[in-house]
Amino acid sequence: MTTNDNRVVRVASGQGFWGDSLEAPRQQVEGGPVDYLMLDYLAEVTMSILQKQKERDPRMGYARDFVGAIDSVLPAVVERGVRVIANAGGVNPPACADAILGVAEKRGARGKVKVGVVTGDDLLPRLDELIAEGHALANMETGEPLDTVRDRVLSANAYIGSTPIVEALGRGAQVVITGRSTDTALTMAPLRYEFGWGSEDWNHLAAGIIAGHIIECGAQCSGGNCLYDWRSIPDLAEVGYPIVEAKADGTFVVTKHPNTGGRVDVHSVTEQLVYEMGDPHSYITPDVVADFTTIHLAPDGPDRVRVFGIEGRPATDKLKVSIAYRAGFKAVGTLVYAWPDALEKAQLADRVLRERLDRLGLKFDHVLTEFVGASATHGALAGPPPADLPEVQLRVGVRGGDRAAVERFTREIAPLVLNGPPSVTGFAGGRPKVEEIVAYWPALVDKRVVQTKVEVLS
Amino acid sequence: MTHFVQKTEGVARVSDDGYLPVRLVDVAHARSGDKGDTANVGVIARKPEWYELLARELTLQRVTAHFAGVIDGPVERFELPNLNALNFLLHGALDGGGTLSLKTDAQGKVFSTALLRMVLDVPADEVERLGLPVAPAQH
Repeated sequence: MTTNDNRVVRVASGQGFWGDSLEAPRQQVEGGPVDYLMLDYLAEVTMSILQKQKERDPRMGYARDFVGAIDSVLPAVVERGVRVIANAGGVNPPACADAILGVAEKRGARGKVKVGVVTGDDLLPRLDELIAEGHALANMETGEPLDTVRDRVLSANAYIGSTPIVEALGRGAQVVITGRSTDTALTMAPLRYEFGWGSEDWNHLAAGIIAGHIIECGAQCSGGNCLYDWRSIPDLAEVGYPIVEAKADGTFVVTKHPNTGGRVDVHSVTEQLVYEMGDPHSYITPDVVADFTTIHLAPDGPDRVRVFGIEGRPATDKLKVSIAYRAGFKAVGTLVYAWPDALEKAQLADRVLRERLDRLGLKFDHVLTEFVGASATHGALAGPPPADLPEVQLRVGVRGGDRAAVERFTREIAPLVLNGPPSVTGFAGGRPKVEEIVAYWPALVDKRVVQTKVEVLS
Repeated sequence: MTHFVQKTEGVARVSDDGYLPVRLVDVAHARSGDKGDTANVGVIARKPEWYELLARELTLQRVTAHFAGVIDGPVERFELPNLNALNFLLHGALDGGGTLSLKTDAQGKVFSTALLRMVLDVPADEVERLGLPVAPAQH
């Protein structure tokens, strides 16, 4: 890198969560020039789902959609040098890498795709050792030590930063697979690699993190879920996923491919910036603490927003740990009541149901009733509902440690169709399903106890 | 005051003390998300020149009162004048949050518009100076 490095590096977002558009990765590499494709697959509870899959089959435990995504972008990777970075490895990055190498072989690209694998974030095998060494892994929200749920823990992964991804890129990996790396590191790492930003280059690192925050939720910054003038956002059916065009000085432009739907403007980008925001002065990541109060946005032509002025501070000596544990069972049942007096009928049905649950002696930690169509989303803030609602959905949820009680609850919904208040429908879906609750336990651990490892395979 | 009336449908009413009702949803947009049992609401002025009004009116006390009975915990407030935005953290908003929550809105996605239900009382001269849309009259 030289000080007059005027290159623009383009990082495209092709996945905002596991379950996002299957078309987006291919559209991003085919719709115009991009250097990197960033795919974010992991939400807070995803790791525990993957852990359960790995327990059933040791070759599983990663985001399977990623295999199809690689299949769809392989020509761009092999022929045009587009590099892919994804946290699709879940709790089993090596198995994910095997699957990707398998795709390459099947497509006649054997030996032409180098896959970098980042491991070391998985703390589950080391949990007892860490607790014994005095790491309480206390819940960041409640302060309780992990001991209280230790025997119910399903997965434990440290959120890791950009450094191992940068290493994998440096060793020639065209596809980099991580486990629980932060969403933002997937975007920041290639910028750090390309521009040679140092590990204490706080402002540049913060800029890369904020670029990552803007595009990590896919189209949510390019017109998707955008409240500002939502009626006028064009062609959401063909919504363009976001692209960051970054420069060595830490400034960047957020844009999308031409001839795609959606909209990138100051309003859409600002909405994404405040999404899931905590204290804006301190957006803490493994690499840097980014300050969202230093971000400046300016229009830069159609569907282009320039981002500049970003400042960061030294990282902390902790890593956040994402722990998942079994926390009982839940079920949610629904019925729909029609005009006239839809709400009143639904309210009576709720009282009848609760009385029956009481008479059966069923104990729950929590029972929640909502009236969808009247007050489910805004509660009392919605004010008194209009007297003449066309229909109301009664939605009752229960939660508790006793699976049998939750199971029994699911048998008490259907009878209301015949033995409760009138004008009821909407039960075609059958009995509600009992779900085991896998809850999220956020904790902190000293950075020094987490050692990441990088392997490059081909 | 008739020139205010032209900006929106309905009839603007100047109260006795010279204030006009302005719906937050007409002067701001918002997005919300979750972190455990906490919902965040980022509120953004639709025009940069309206940010000062939001910063002044959306006090910690006012927003806390707005969500009273809807959330179980305290509210925190942060200012982002660089983005013409405010960020509110609503603790105890999500029935335990994440997978524990039984709520339809377990991830706090629509607390954004719940905040935008607020109606501000703005001095009539400020309404004129800032070109604020006045709330339509209640039917």
